[in-house]
This record gives sequence, structure tokens and C-alpha cells, in this order.
Amino acid sequence: MTMGMKPNAIKPLAQLAWAMMKTGILGYGGGPSVIPLIRHEAVRRCRWMSDEEFAEILALANILPGPIATKMAAYLGYRIRGWIGASVAVLAHILPTAIAVIVLLTTFSRLSGLREVQGMIAAVVPVIAVMLGMMAYEFGEKAVRGLGGLIGTLGFAIAFLLLVVLSVHPAPVTLLFLVYGAVHLRLMERLKARRRRNMNRE
Amino acid sequence: MEWLQLILAFFVANALGYGGGPASIPLMYEEIVSRYRWMDDLQFSNLLAVANALPGPIATKIAAFVGFDVAGPGGAALAIAATVVPSAAALILLIRILERFRQSSAVRGMTLLVMPVIAMLMAMLTWQIGSQSVASIGIWQSLAIAAASWWLLVRRKVHPAYVIVAAFAYGGLILSRFA
Repeated sequence: MTMGMKPNAIKPLAQLAWAMMKTGILGYGGGPSVIPLIRHEAVRRCRWMSDEEFAEILALANILPGPIATKMAAYLGYRIRGWIGASVAVLAHILPTAIAVIVLLTTFSRLSGLREVQGMIAAVVPVIAVMLGMMAYEFGEKAVRGLGGLIGTLGFAIAFLLLVVLSVHPAPVTLLFLVYGAVHLRLMERLKARRRRNMNRE
Repeated sequence: MEWLQLILAFFVANALGYGGGPASIPLMYEEIVSRYRWMDDLQFSNLLAVANALPGPIATKIAAFVGFDVAGPGGAALAIAATVVPSAAALILLIRILERFRQSSAVRGMTLLVMPVIAMLMAMLTWQIGSQSVASIGIWQSLAIAAASWWLLVRRKVHPAYVIVAAFAYGGLILSRFA
């Protein structure tokens, strides 16, 4: 500060980078589990915004597709220092672990001739299958809870028919469900209203 | 050409991945393994294992490694950018406009209706990775490891990172003696 630097221009960026790096490294279990850590930094420690505002941004971020933690990091950065802030926040959040995964896997594949490493590679596959199966169950549970048993099951059946029986590419199938999803709740509303009217008539 | 494919693959997988990073895993699998054949099932599940054992968002770790594997550091940067930039920029640009749609039934319906598809894709991926495992280490080893990891993850609520490390240890120390 005695060097004639403008501490106020640097400090928020450095603070931002440090906060986002911490949440990136400490957040285990992927994006959604990192949200409480980001909230802690943004609301409690650095006081960039109120709890209500954070909740609001989070709700908006959930509307958009794509990884959630990076969306939050980008917006926080943007609020503090515009597009530069957004870039700094996202990079600080993802770079350490991105580099770690590259280094680890490159070393891994260089050693893949070793018998021990082949054993390691093979032994982890069932674990990943179980984790994917658990995720499948969780998404399925969310579907049934949100849509009800009947429509949920119908959704599974149609998805199964298109994806497994007819082997359609996942992208158009996902798109189809998203498009129908946009009108689904309004349709249900209308059906319910009509049923009510019919009941009243009787 | 590869660069363009990387951008396209990761953009498509994440633009359709409603519900955060994990929801895009089957979509990324489709692009990485089925369409562009940058990896096989075994490599992909190892990538998932290592990426799961490390902290931080899952989608960007997958993008970083696949991009690096296909086209070096530039490829990693492109794949990460294609994963992160569209949705992050969209959030920033639309934050005021979206304010109005937050409670809209269209958005809630989309988030709900995409769930059966994601669940089905996840189930297919589970089947795929499971068959891969049976083909490489046989049904009994696969079932035993799967049962043990299910018990640890679901019943004992052990953190996934420890289970993955344990599986690596078992594979390196014991399984490799039989193979």
C-alpha cells in the first residue's frame, strides 16, 4: 500500500479468487454440494449479498441448464468486478481440480501396463456402476415425487421406448421432454378445471 | 476438426443437462463414448472414479480431462469453456429477464419432466458400465465389489471418495494377484 498501488482495485478480486478457490477445493461431491460453501463465503464471510438475494440468484441459476456451481461463481464475480470478475471467479473455482484430474489420470494411464494399476482400474468399475445406479434411483424418485406415480411411470415408459427400444439419441429425447414440460403444468391445471366444472354440473 | 467437435460435444451435453452437473453425465457419456469414441467404457468409468474422488464440480473435471486427452491444453480449455461459458453468460445476461419467469409453470414443468429421461439415461449407463465390469473381472468379483460399495455408500453413508480409494486399494493389492 506504500508502493502507490490501488489496494481497492486489487483486493476484491484477490478476495474473490481466494473464496472461489476454497469452495472449489473443499466442495466434495460435485456442484450441488458446493452451494452451501459458496453461500457461506458470499453471505457470511465476504458480505457480498444478503441471504435472501443469494437464495433468489440460486433459484434463477437453477432455471438454466449446465453445472450449477460455476453459474453461481460467474454471477458473484460479475457482480463484484464485471466480466473480468466473472472469469476470475470461474477459473479460481475450477482450475485446481481440473488440473488435478488431468495430472492424476495421465500418470495413471502411463502406468497402465502395471498389473496393480490394471487391478485398480478394474476394481473401481463396479463402484461407479453402483454410484450411477444410485443417481438413477434419485432422479427417478424426484420424477415420481414431482409428477405423481401415473405420469412419472408414463414418462419412464416413453423414455424407455425411445432410448432403449428405438435407440434414439439422448439429445432429441431430452429436448422433447423439455418442450412438453413447458406446457405440462398448464395442461394439468386446465384438466383439473374441466373436471371440476363437470362435477359441478352433475 | 477435433476442436470443433469438443466444443459441440460439451456444449450439447451441458445445455441439455437440467439439474446441475450430475444430470449431464449420461449426456456427456453419449458424446464422449458413443458418438466421438474418444474413450471406451472402461476409460470413462475410471475418469468418473477419479473425478468423483476429487473435490469440485464434476462436469468441468470431465471436460478438462477429455479435452486434454483429445487435443492437449488447448483442448482442455475449449472443453471447459463449452461447458461453463454458455450457462454462466446466460445467467448473467438474463438475470433481470428471468426474474419474471422464476415462478413460471413452464420452467417448473421443464425441470420436472426432464427427470424421467435423466433417470432412464442414468439407468442405461449403469447397465453399460456394469456389463463392462462383468466382461473384465467376471460376475462374482463385480457383484461382490458392487454389494460392498452399495453397503458402504447407502447403509453406512461413507463418503464416495473413501469408497473409491478403497476400491483402488483392493484392485491394486488383491484383485491384481488373481488376474
